[in-house]
Amino acid sequence: MNCDEASMLLHALIDGELDAGHARELEIHISTCAGCAARLREFHELRKMMTPAGLRLSAPASLRASIESKLPKAIADASSRRAVIKGFAVGATMSALAASGLLVMVMRTDDQKRILGEVVSAHLRSLQAQHLTDVASTDQHTVKPWFNGRIDVAPPVADLTAQGFTLLGGRLDYVDAKPVAAIVYRRRVHIINLFCAPAPGSGDRAATMENLHGFNVRRWSENGINLWVVSDINPDELAEFGEKFEAALKQ
Amino acid sequence: MAGDAAEWSDGGKAERFKALALPHLDELYTLARYLMRGASDADDAVQECYLRAFRHFETFRGGPIKPWLLAILRNVCHATYVGNSRLVFSADRDADDQAKPIWREDADTPEQAVLRRQDSDTMRRLIGELPAEFREVIVLREINDLSYRDIATVIEAPIGTVMSRLARARGLLRDAWIAAEGGVSPYEL
Repeated sequence: MNCDEASMLLHALIDGELDAGHARELEIHISTCAGCAARLREFHELRKMMTPAGLRLSAPASLRASIESKLPKAIADASSRRAVIKGFAVGATMSALAASGLLVMVMRTDDQKRILGEVVSAHLRSLQAQHLTDVASTDQHTVKPWFNGRIDVAPPVADLTAQGFTLLGGRLDYVDAKPVAAIVYRRRVHIINLFCAPAPGSGDRAATMENLHGFNVRRWSENGINLWVVSDINPDELAEFGEKFEAALKQ
Repeated sequence: MAGDAAEWSDGGKAERFKALALPHLDELYTLARYLMRGASDADDAVQECYLRAFRHFETFRGGPIKPWLLAILRNVCHATYVGNSRLVFSADRDADDQAKPIWREDADTPEQAVLRRQDSDTMRRLIGELPAEFREVIVLREINDLSYRDIATVIEAPIGTVMSRLARARGLLRDAWIAAEGGVSPYEL
């Protein structure tokens, strides 16, 4: 090894990027070359001056805030584009099944409606079968712990008796082929199902009200949980339930 | 099957992106400050980097996200200079040119000058005065702590180029340090 090679490779040695064979050759050269040995020491010393702690800079808080505020906006900007990309990606897989990418995209846009339909179906099932509740209790402290270990979400359970909504109990149900917690309330003779599905990482969403087959559905998201409340009571009462429920949880 | 409802799963993606990418903000900001002329240019570059990275998050193939983000940031910094006809990156530039300082601390006052006695301050200034192609490999190696392979990916050059630039950069830095400290070699300090 000559000095030219050595002066290049000693940096790799310093950086821990040199393989054992070259490292040995370099050491042999350095042991016989005072100039390269001095260079190696110099660069070692130089690196000691270059502590990352002293050279790194902290981003101003305003920059962090600005980026965080712009990212949700970027979601809206990018979502349509992403839907197309995903559509193509899934479509490519499905083309083997002789399905078109267009079909996949239509299915995706209909996802929300499909889930809404499933929520209403789950509500209907709960009314027809002898299966309204797995745990029957008017005590929120009995209903809530019952879900421990049964589902990856701690469903919010509020006592709204004073507001005219009686807690009946809870059960495990399925929406979109995934387990959800159903909390059951009664308003006069009307049953109200509150479905809670874990949605880790999803942002909070304000409530929206929809109607399907004569049932009203109020849905919103908070604390990583998607919530749907379904009943045949009128929209105003259902909205009242939703608001009282949200208010009770915030106390 | 796309289990989560479409528009809601996007929220999950944004959260995943934030959780992965935002912890590297200081590292990105550091590189931007060393590469760009001013603090506000650096702010703009980092912000554009994050928005661009989020838009192309699907193309991120796992593994450490830091080199991926740094590569995007470097492209943003380059594009900014090209767009402004203020190209400072030039692989052809003779390294012995007296490079103008591109990155600097805030304006010096006598008080600050006194405070800036510390080695790190001097070193930051000297790194800022390196020609761009040497400056970026030094920052990526010494501050961002990337491997040669990752540096090669970020600057889109072979590993051999990384090694020769790093060697050259340290040589320049050593000479500049000796000059700044009044002719005393760091080894003798």
